[in-house]
Amino acid sequence: MIQPHGGRLVDRVLKGKQKDEVLARAGRLPRLVIDSELVSDVENIATGVYSPLEGFLGEADFRSVLDSSRLSSDVAWTIPIVLDVDRKTADGLKIGDEVLLAAEDGRAVALLHLKEKFGCDNGETAEKIFGTRDPAHPGVAKVLGMKEILLAGPVDLLEVTPTPFDRWKLTPKETRVLFEAKGWRTVVGFQTRNTPHIGHEYVQKAALTFTDGLFINPVIGRKKKGDFKDEVILASYEEAIRRYYIKERTVMAILQMEMRYAGPREAIHHAILRKNFGCTHIIIGRDHAGVGSYYGPFAAQEIFEDFPDLGIVPMFFRSFSYCRTCGSVVNEKICPHPPAEHIQFSGTKIRDLLVKGECPPPELMRPEVARVIMDFKDPFND
Amino acid sequence: MDKEFTTVTIPASLHKKIEEFIKGTEYRSVSSYAAKVLRESLSKAEPAAAEVFTKDEEEKVKERLKALGYID
Repeated sequence: MIQPHGGRLVDRVLKGKQKDEVLARAGRLPRLVIDSELVSDVENIATGVYSPLEGFLGEADFRSVLDSSRLSSDVAWTIPIVLDVDRKTADGLKIGDEVLLAAEDGRAVALLHLKEKFGCDNGETAEKIFGTRDPAHPGVAKVLGMKEILLAGPVDLLEVTPTPFDRWKLTPKETRVLFEAKGWRTVVGFQTRNTPHIGHEYVQKAALTFTDGLFINPVIGRKKKGDFKDEVILASYEEAIRRYYIKERTVMAILQMEMRYAGPREAIHHAILRKNFGCTHIIIGRDHAGVGSYYGPFAAQEIFEDFPDLGIVPMFFRSFSYCRTCGSVVNEKICPHPPAEHIQFSGTKIRDLLVKGECPPPELMRPEVARVIMDFKDPFND
Repeated sequence: MDKEFTTVTIPASLHKKIEEFIKGTEYRSVSSYAAKVLRESLSKAEPAAAEVFTKDEEEKVKERLKALGYID
């Protein structure tokens, strides 16, 4: 089995007496309410999805990630995982405090062992992560809106937050046992925030040809307006897998995390997380984790050159389309026919057809999948 | 907060060869090239992952995976 990133799978989920002891004194601890994205980050830290992180980044790691895409230990890490609060809240907390992190509905979620408080320049942070300060970029807008002070320190999870998607929620420990039980020595991960079209199926199956298993890992959480709703993504994939994939070779589980749309940096982040789940390979397509035209179409592939020590192997797919003459999905290396023969897998085109209640042509999307999507009254995020 | 660096000595002739080799490539310096090659080399020496849990824990995980329909 592939090593977790940084060499050790983090497990900071409190159980039994330890958990009871914290809950017993929870009422006396300083309390901080965090939003659902931060709750997901806390769970991802504690269950090992973000291994080797044990908590929210301290200043040395934060600066190192921004400047060199590595933690101060030299382990590759590209997206800072931080907890921002306003100055007044920070002033009310002391270094060394145990802080109870609570969800917006009041539930106790985790314990933060506060080690550091520090400030950062949000504009500079956005520039380094996203390569732009343009507030129209959804990831930049979020960073520009961060509060003044970052709190750092290890976290211990008290309770996993229930979601409507728990049936698909697996921790890295669980996926590692699962892959082992299936006898998979090599597993390719597929990151998605979309419903499956024929092009996705093509790259997944092309990659699976060279590995033992396929791990479809949709990102569930905050996305931008116009993206498919989480329940639509899962239902459509369930239908596609049921009809067109080999059950023994395919697993789907969710990754609860917000999309940052950081393009190249986020591609590395996605690879690290899938390595922690036990994947040996990851599919990286055109404009992976991009938005608008902020990143070159293959920047998310080229960045892997800078991370020879990542451990997980990227499988790059450039462009693919449906060729009318070949009668199949093709890529630029295998089809001799001119562009006029090619139908592009345009997400926008598929979306427009679905909005009009029209089934996309079967060359673009499986009719059964399209029907599942169209059965939803409003399949897109507002 | 600057990242810490240290010095490694290599033969001057090797340094010169690397300087020539990286001309026109994405490497900005002999140091950045050496860092990349060393990281690559070290990552290949990583041992396989050790067991992260006990047999009991593994059985509990398998029960959950069965209940969810992931394994028979």
